[in-house]
Amino acid sequence: MTVDADGAVTAAPGSPGHDGQQGSRAELIQLLTPEGERAEHPDYPLELSADEVKSLYRDLVLVRRIDTEAIALQRQGELGIWASLLGQEAAQIGSGRALSSRDMAFPTYREHGVAWCRGLDPMKLLELFRGVSNGGWDPKQHRFHLYTIVIGTQTLHATGYAMGIQRDGAVGEDGEAVIVYFGDGATSQGDVSEAFIWASVFNAPVVFFCQNNQWAISEPQERQSRIPLYQRARGFGFPGVRVDGNDVFACLAVTKKAMQAAREGQGPTLIEAFTYRMGAHTTTDDPTRYRLASELEAWKLKDPIERVKAYLVRGGAAEPSFFEDIEAEAAQLGRQIRQQCLAMPDPAPLAIFENVYAEPNSLLQSERDQFAAYLDSFTGAEAAR
Amino acid sequence: MTRLTLSKALNEGLRKALENDPKVLVMGEDVGKLGGVFRVTDGLQKDFGEMRVVDTPLAESGIIGTAIGLALRGYRPVCEIQFDGFVYPAFDQIVSQLAKMRMRSLGQITMPVTIRIPCGGGIGAVEHHSESPEALFVHTGGLRVVACGDPADAFTMIQQSIACDDPVIFFEPKRRYWDKAEVDTAGGLAAARPLGQARTVLEGTDVTVLAYGPMVRTCAEAAMAARSEGRSVEVIDLRSLSPLDTATIFASVRRTGRCVVVHEAPVTGGLGAEIAARVTEECFYHLQAPVLRACGFSTPYPPSRLEDHYLPDLDRVLDAVDRTFTY
Repeated sequence: MTVDADGAVTAAPGSPGHDGQQGSRAELIQLLTPEGERAEHPDYPLELSADEVKSLYRDLVLVRRIDTEAIALQRQGELGIWASLLGQEAAQIGSGRALSSRDMAFPTYREHGVAWCRGLDPMKLLELFRGVSNGGWDPKQHRFHLYTIVIGTQTLHATGYAMGIQRDGAVGEDGEAVIVYFGDGATSQGDVSEAFIWASVFNAPVVFFCQNNQWAISEPQERQSRIPLYQRARGFGFPGVRVDGNDVFACLAVTKKAMQAAREGQGPTLIEAFTYRMGAHTTTDDPTRYRLASELEAWKLKDPIERVKAYLVRGGAAEPSFFEDIEAEAAQLGRQIRQQCLAMPDPAPLAIFENVYAEPNSLLQSERDQFAAYLDSFTGAEAAR
Repeated sequence: MTRLTLSKALNEGLRKALENDPKVLVMGEDVGKLGGVFRVTDGLQKDFGEMRVVDTPLAESGIIGTAIGLALRGYRPVCEIQFDGFVYPAFDQIVSQLAKMRMRSLGQITMPVTIRIPCGGGIGAVEHHSESPEALFVHTGGLRVVACGDPADAFTMIQQSIACDDPVIFFEPKRRYWDKAEVDTAGGLAAARPLGQARTVLEGTDVTVLAYGPMVRTCAEAAMAARSEGRSVEVIDLRSLSPLDTATIFASVRRTGRCVVVHEAPVTGGLGAEIAARVTEECFYHLQAPVLRACGFSTPYPPSRLEDHYLPDLDRVLDAVDRTFTY
């Protein structure tokens, strides 16, 4: 099976080797073509000023720069691992910018672009991948939950949180809603199906945002589903929609509409952002072992950033100096991340015992005391020398 | 004081918690109209409504996963897992999410979730309805694990667990649901024994028997039988399995010099092993005999026609007690 430059399927339905999960071109919502031409969709009108488009462009470029720098830091031994968002910038910035300040987002471990939209300091992400903490940011402050590494489990947390919104009476015209991110691989997890069921039967204000980047480490999408993923929603009793995940305009418009429906009490939506993981699963992975270079080349033509640039240039909305300024800002951001990462201290050994329990715990306290005394014994020995 | 079954005492405790804190929710399979398969939540949905006493879809991971989300939103969910053997579909949510959320957030997230699990055998049930999985949770840092053994403790401990800011796995001895005792339902929690504290059920001088949940009554009966034979057995209800009240355990063993741990759960890697190790470390020179265990066997729980042989009973407890005098 191959996907052409527009995301359409070449094998005929019913033919041997037909991969029904890819769906057809007509299903894909697109508001900006890979060539940078504006498209319209009757269900998703979108008005953006030149400044708003420029702002989206800036986000896309900066989060890619964070990603590039983090990969380099991992290669140099400064991070234990990094999960790259390369290729998925539009899905993350488009959906992230669709959220209100009161909405709550539940990420996987790859939502660096959404984190950026929520105002989280990128250094908090690096702390996690460096091994300094397991996250450690305050989810309430940015309305952005901690990264979840076990695949799909956060869909239930998001759904429960949305049930809390219902109990707080915060559903309605001025309501709140939740967005939860997961990947194509996660759709095979039982927790994701359970979250779909819970959200559906309780009509919870939650939007399921699936970034279908085609690969769950080495497993292609057809190992996860025989039907297009967005069509799963119908079986659970709520709408599903497939959007061009490399089109920041479409991701913005589709997410805005789904979030508003959720806020107003119309229940969940599944959004499948059809995109591509341009890099490895993480820095430990080698995608050349399981996928063809030609596939990567085809997706390069659909780059989420280039099409916005083409649109801005085509419409005369941005001078060359605009792009130069963004590049300079990105370079500065990269330098800053590098400096701060290199300066990041390790936690003190006794931090192992901190924040395990909210209430005093006699068992942990005694272990902590013993370990502290053990550590002190070295200090004493050194002092005696 | 009111004479209540353990099941009704839990029901009254849940009712108090729901009354006292509007953030408390009860959720699980069949907890609403039916009142739970053991009727522990009987009448609560009628009085507190469907938004607070929630009949959930039939999926344990979903129950715990959504409870975590509700806790993130400021709620205090009390989840019922219908039977011990059904907790495993929720194991990932409990061990990888619920237990670790606080550390993951560097203390910025609190997870006041209580998970009620009817546990243990002795009711002639089919497979998966008679298990004692407590050691799996005791092994997991970030969780508290408690077990009630009688109606009075059931009433206070369920309220204390719900009020606790840490996640609590709350084991209910299902074959003792119908045991009756006096419960002070008007009494507040201020005067109640702290959740983390063990309780001396019977004082004795010759040997310490440590038990929890359904085995407390068995051990008390064994102690009474031993007394008639002139042997003075101290019975301690551990109540808190994580953390263990080691102070109470050590003080008793130092006095008696002998220790037997009793639980229904398989002996291998069970609480008894943990306690034996700690008692050996801390009471070594006081011990007249090794710490012995009277426990379930290291097998899957057997078909119910065999459970009387599998479960430690009065005679097996006394046998272990007697053996501590043979060293």
